[in-house]
Amino acid sequence: MAELSLAVNGGSNVIDVDPDCPLLFVLMDAYGLKGPKFGCGLGQCGACTVLMDGEPYRSCTLACSEATGKILTLEGLGTVDEPHPIQKAFIEEQALQCGFCISGPVLYGKAFIDNNPGATEAQILEALSGILCRCYAHPRMVKALVRYAKEVRA
Amino acid sequence: MKTSISNGMTADALSALAGEGFSRRNFFRATGALIVSFSMSPEQKAEAQTGTPGVPTRPVLLTAVDSWIAIAADESVTAYAGKCDFGQGFRTVQHQLVAEELGVPLARVKMVICDTAVCPDQGVSSGSQGHTTQFGAGALRTALATARQALLGMAAQQLNVPVAQLMVEDGVVSLKTDRTTGISYGKLIGGKKISLSLDARAVVKDPSTYKILGTSVPRYDIPTKATGEFEYVHNVRVPAMVHGKVVRPPTVGAKLVSVDENSVKGMPGNVRVLVRRDFVGVIADTQWEAIKAAERLVVKWSAGDKLPDQATLYSVMRKMASRDVYTVLASDVDAKLTAAARRFQATYFHPFQMHGSLGTSCAVADVKGTGAGTTATVWSASQGIYPQRDSLALILGTAKENIRCVFVEGSGCYGLNGVDSVAYDAAVMSQLSGRAVRLQYSRRDEMTGAESFGPAYTIDLRAGVNDQGQMTAWDYESWTFTKGNRPNATTPGNVYSGGLLGYAAPAVVPAAATPPTAYSNNGNIASSYGSGCVGNSCGGTGNVSGERILTHTIPSPFYTGPLRSPNRLQNTFANESFVDEVAAGLGQDPVSYRLRHLTDPRLVDVLNGAARGAKWETRPSPKPGNAKTGVVSGRGVAIVFYEGNNGYGGLVAEVEVDQDSGEVVVKRLVMSNDSGPISNPDGLRAQMEGGALQGMSRALYEEVKWNAESITSVDWRRFPVFKFGTFMPVVETVLIDRPDKPHMGAGETIITVVAAALANAIFDATGARVREVPFTPDRVLAALQARA
Repeated sequence: MAELSLAVNGGSNVIDVDPDCPLLFVLMDAYGLKGPKFGCGLGQCGACTVLMDGEPYRSCTLACSEATGKILTLEGLGTVDEPHPIQKAFIEEQALQCGFCISGPVLYGKAFIDNNPGATEAQILEALSGILCRCYAHPRMVKALVRYAKEVRA
Repeated sequence: MKTSISNGMTADALSALAGEGFSRRNFFRATGALIVSFSMSPEQKAEAQTGTPGVPTRPVLLTAVDSWIAIAADESVTAYAGKCDFGQGFRTVQHQLVAEELGVPLARVKMVICDTAVCPDQGVSSGSQGHTTQFGAGALRTALATARQALLGMAAQQLNVPVAQLMVEDGVVSLKTDRTTGISYGKLIGGKKISLSLDARAVVKDPSTYKILGTSVPRYDIPTKATGEFEYVHNVRVPAMVHGKVVRPPTVGAKLVSVDENSVKGMPGNVRVLVRRDFVGVIADTQWEAIKAAERLVVKWSAGDKLPDQATLYSVMRKMASRDVYTVLASDVDAKLTAAARRFQATYFHPFQMHGSLGTSCAVADVKGTGAGTTATVWSASQGIYPQRDSLALILGTAKENIRCVFVEGSGCYGLNGVDSVAYDAAVMSQLSGRAVRLQYSRRDEMTGAESFGPAYTIDLRAGVNDQGQMTAWDYESWTFTKGNRPNATTPGNVYSGGLLGYAAPAVVPAAATPPTAYSNNGNIASSYGSGCVGNSCGGTGNVSGERILTHTIPSPFYTGPLRSPNRLQNTFANESFVDEVAAGLGQDPVSYRLRHLTDPRLVDVLNGAARGAKWETRPSPKPGNAKTGVVSGRGVAIVFYEGNNGYGGLVAEVEVDQDSGEVVVKRLVMSNDSGPISNPDGLRAQMEGGALQGMSRALYEEVKWNAESITSVDWRRFPVFKFGTFMPVVETVLIDRPDKPHMGAGETIITVVAAALANAIFDATGARVREVPFTPDRVLAALQARA
């Protein structure tokens, strides 16, 4: 065990944890967060995605000791009452079914579009490479991301 | 306890029993009060939040209206249903149904679903049957109609006018001619106890008059899901809960020899090892500690089963002793085949496939007490929350009345993934340890047996055609596997974890087929073109009367169960590929050739709907002028009348095939659907789109793999599926609304036809026929080499 300093969703805490423990379990259990989810534990699906200093990471394979930047999860973006524009886009396009995967498409999409607001639909799709959604809400997710990109440009 | 999503003990019901002086058990037995208008004490409210494990806290009889509906003094309506939402948006449609039938605003409706303590037992909620059942007689819709009728009757008495002069709007009954006379539902009831039984004759609303149903009400769950506020079963936390991990046999069928508990001694997190028969698991304070302990634990297992060689599976399965069933057996099939001007035959192969839920299965169990006094609360994402409760009673050695299973949504399951197995495991761990246990499987746990696979198929088809080009004979013979199914009260052995606990899956007893006594095409074994004649009646959707449909079922090496469009998808892949082969052999356009054999006008309409939507060009396949090398394009069609009574679907697929690499890229999917009256058009579109792409993934990529002793497709790299970044077809939907027809399912129509439509499109593009799913580049190249 070791004392580590974590900066999650705008706060900052020192926690006592095995430094090898994947960040995901700390977010789920110590922080009680529901946004990042365990899908495979292998970095293969994207359900556990978080942003660290604006870049997407798979928190299921990111050791706590490596999580030294500012961590943002789905719930750190916005709320039901005040959703982030990208969350609003997903809600307006009804762009999910079970929603278990949603951290992947939203956070990979956000990271890419924020850096590339002029991206084409094909480039946005490419940025999501390897992300899984087994309900296959893909067409709506793409629409939501294109809608968000338009908003970022505006 | 944070179970706000599904925890349903309602304020209304609890206050009713307090007010009426009933004990809970008495209340359960009594018919109960339709409407409740008492306020609750803080203690009652606290109890209402948690309920009491194992004790039914409100009536759940299917026949009593108050099992389904409670209307409070503040006019709010709480409806209870035993049909769950697995991410397809059904809960939103249930809200619409309540508001519509009762005549109250949507915002006033609260749904409580799938909690065995408080919701009517509606058995299993499978993908295409939830909708049908909910809208059929004897369920929520009838309860709502009965309640509305009773309320109208009460208002008629109070106002001293005939019911025919009354109307309902926003939960207020008034004279049609004088709206100032209105009495609200809450006032009408006035705290009285009213016992009502479901009245099958209660008049439900005519779908052509729907104002709330039939509109695209946005889904209730999407805002919380998109913002990370939604609580899945994976997020349920119980005080003093520990985390579990299972330790599975490394080979299929291996038995436990010994566990060395010393191997994890001293590991952090208060690790404990739990064993029951062949079940081995550990618990610890945190997930990570449990994972580390499970990895370290030394367990000896016996040798496992010898698995069939995967390379020769399809030929081996033909020779095994089987249980045989005829769906149709016309007496003249052989004569018609002999007399036919042209005969066709082909064999199709479909592999074992997985549900492959994105999240691994998870459950939380809190088992207390010992012996017959054992009580349990289990939070589970199962499609069969009621049978799960009943089978847990057997496993835990207590009465089913002592068990409460609370449905909390999980990752999309698409059938029987590991949700029942994980609930058994969590409950056993809780019973052995005396602690509340949360268990979420690893990816490998989920994929190596915890989920029940969709079974492999080998299907032989033969057809005879007369000199006019009309099919006269259709001869189907298939071989498929089975082991277990959804569990019920006596068969926890139907799923993997039940097997570890020593419960056997029911044996497949070989038996010869006997002639059928009634026609059912529930498994879509018969094609759309057969007349389905059994005895004196014909239930098919086509005009081919020389029909013989024979299925051989053999014991499976792996647990099998209903995977979205179970068996219907495999059979439809063969049937809809084969009719295309016949059409091509005769130089006929695939749509026109289907049309001349169809007798069901609704099936004709979905076929024409998809074809028109895709701007189908009438001509035979393959597409003239395509080169034999490089990238070529083509289109294919397929249709189904799902389960022979539960929704119509049609699909036109457009593909590009790279004839040098064998890669298939899907460019466009145009699909049509008719499931009776449309409850929520946007929700229906979402189901169709998701079904189309999931079906595409299954057709192009998905296959369970194994070696001599173990399943080897244990993660997303070794069980590839369609991912973002691969390609992206254009997806278009054609909705056919039938307000005058009964409601049918819509979750499985489109996925059923995808593999055949793609195979037909590949043929149209290349002249090469792929007859084995998935259509991997290797198989496409082999088909290209084999083409004439």
